[in-house]
Amino acid sequence: MNATYQFIAEALFITFILLTLSGAWLAVKARILMHSVLGLAVCLLGVAGLYFYLGSMFLTMMQILIYMGAVCIVLVFGIMVGYTPRESAERNIMSRNMVLGIAASGVAAVLLFTVAIGRTVWSKAAESTGDFSIEWIGKSLLLNYCLAFELISVVLLVAIVGSIILARGGREEEV
Amino acid sequence: MYLSQNLNTYLILAVLLLVMGIYGMIRHKTFIGMLVSTELVLNGAGLNFMAFNKFTAPDPAVGQIFTLFIMGIAAAEAAIVVSFVLAVYRRYRTSDPEEVNGLQG
Repeated sequence: MNATYQFIAEALFITFILLTLSGAWLAVKARILMHSVLGLAVCLLGVAGLYFYLGSMFLTMMQILIYMGAVCIVLVFGIMVGYTPRESAERNIMSRNMVLGIAASGVAAVLLFTVAIGRTVWSKAAESTGDFSIEWIGKSLLLNYCLAFELISVVLLVAIVGSIILARGGREEEV
Repeated sequence: MYLSQNLNTYLILAVLLLVMGIYGMIRHKTFIGMLVSTELVLNGAGLNFMAFNKFTAPDPAVGQIFTLFIMGIAAAEAAIVVSFVLAVYRRYRTSDPEEVNGLQG
């Protein structure tokens, strides 16, 4: 019985990997801009499933909430207000940069595959403190990693104020 | 050895996400398309952090907090880029990055 559950878990894991890769492929290769954002959403769902396999229910929920709920909606909003229908429906891909794109990504892939994955031996930590519970994350955020918590609040505040300043002013000087 | 209990599975997937993101960033013709590719790269980074957090880190809270940090950065970046697209569209009447060349001389 246990082996059956393990088999189902592995099958779901492979499904999440396929979701991630196919979503990323759609996001990169889609001709229509809205399909690109749809592919990104599928890819983010797959990554959320992988976070679940990595032991963090909290990050799974945050990924779905923040990325799929907020970032994708903001992107769709940007497409709707920033592009004319002709622009958002026309071809999304330039053809003349193909060699450059393959060269850049190929160099990165070869280096990472040979050095980081092929040669490095990752060793397990000697002793472990804490666990994967939300309670422990909350304690760490407020005690040990308080600086990260404050820093992300400041970054978000500056980003919100900056985007308001960038995007406003249309009403007075609109032609 | 199960596939989901192996560090290399996650590392290979993160490399593939990074590579697809770089390729898309170079090939896309629109600002939003470039932003989508950037999100792919950031997700690869987050997946790496979570994988090392599970398999090698002594404290499981560190990787999760850093991944949350990356999510916050990505959200801030998306908001900035969308308002940037609006501002550029208002100024240049186009959203093509090739047309926005006021500094070219």
